[in-house]
Amino acid sequence: MKRFLLFLPLLAAIIVGVVLFAGIGKDPTKLDSALIGKPVPAFSLRDLKQPEATLDEAVFRGEITLLNVWGTWCPSCRDEHDDLMWLAREKKVSIIGLNYKDNRDDALVWLDRLGDPYSKVIYDPKGTLGFDLGVYGAPETFVIDASGVVRYRHVGVVNGDVWERVLLPVINDARENG
Amino acid sequence: MLRILCFVVATVASSMTFADVSAVYGFDDRSEEQRYQNLIAELRCPKCQNQNIADSNSPISKDMRNAVYQMMLDGASDQEIVDSLVGRFGEFVKYKPDLDSRTFMLWATPAIAVLGGLIVVAGIVVRSRRTGTAAPTLSAEEQARIDRMLAEKNRNGSA
Repeated sequence: MKRFLLFLPLLAAIIVGVVLFAGIGKDPTKLDSALIGKPVPAFSLRDLKQPEATLDEAVFRGEITLLNVWGTWCPSCRDEHDDLMWLAREKKVSIIGLNYKDNRDDALVWLDRLGDPYSKVIYDPKGTLGFDLGVYGAPETFVIDASGVVRYRHVGVVNGDVWERVLLPVINDARENG
Repeated sequence: MLRILCFVVATVASSMTFADVSAVYGFDDRSEEQRYQNLIAELRCPKCQNQNIADSNSPISKDMRNAVYQMMLDGASDQEIVDSLVGRFGEFVKYKPDLDSRTFMLWATPAIAVLGGLIVVAGIVVRSRRTGTAAPTLSAEEQARIDRMLAEKNRNGSA
C-alpha cells in the first residue's frame, strides 16, 4: 500500500502529460463551423459584378463549390488571392466569392487589378450572410457540396498546402458520398 | 498648464469612448437592459477568444450585440437568442456549455477533484483513528513497571 502511494506523483504526472500532449499543435483560434452538415442559410443579396442581379442559396446547387469570404480590407485575403487564381485556373475549382463588409467600387477595382477567380461574387456589405454563416474573420473558405450543404469550413489563408492537405480530401469525400 | 490640458483632453476622450459603447442601444425598461447586459456578458466572442461580447470591440462582437438587441426587440426569449447564436457560431460562444458527452469531463472534473480530496482526507482520518484504538491497553503488571520506571527517572532527574 505504502509502495503504491510512492507512485502516485508519477501517475499524476503521466496523466497530466497525456492531457497536455493531446493539446499540442491544436490551434484554438480555429473553430469548427456550426453549419457543417446543414444547408447554406437562405439569403437574397446582390451580385457584385452585376448590380441588378440578385443571388440566393440556389447558386450552390449543382456542383461542389468553394465559398470564399473576402474583403478588400483584409490583408490575408490579398495573401491568398494568387492561390485562389491558381485553384480556379489550374484545378478548375468553382469558387463563389462572398464580398464581406466591403464596398462595391473597391471590390471591383481589386478584381480588375488582381484577377477574378470567382464564378460569382455575392455582395454582402452589411455582413448579413456572413453572420448567418458564422464568419468571424476573413478569409474563410467553405466547402459546399452539390446539394448546397456545408461540408467544411477553413479559417485562414488557403494555399497549395491547405488545398492538398485539407480541402481536396473533403471535396473528394463530397464527390463520393454526394 | 500643459499637464492640465492633457488631463482635460484625456478625461473628455475617455468619456467619449464610453459613450460610444453604452449609448448605442436604448431600452424602455431597466429590467430589459439588465437582461441584455446579462446576455452579452455570458456570450463569448469567437474572434477574441477570451472575451465576452460585452467587453470585446471586434466587429463580430458588435454584430452579435446588435443581433441580441434585435432579437430582444422581436420578443425572443434568452434561450432562443443563445440558441440562434450557437446555431451560427457553435457551442464555443457559450461560456457555460451544455452538459453532454463531450463536455462531461469539463463539468465533472471539479466534482472528481473534490471527491478525491475527501477520499484522501477520510483515509487519513480512518487510519489515524485505527492506529489510535489499536494501541494495546497495559496490563496491571506493565502499568506497575511503568510507574516504577517513571518514579526512578524523576528521582534521577531531580538528583
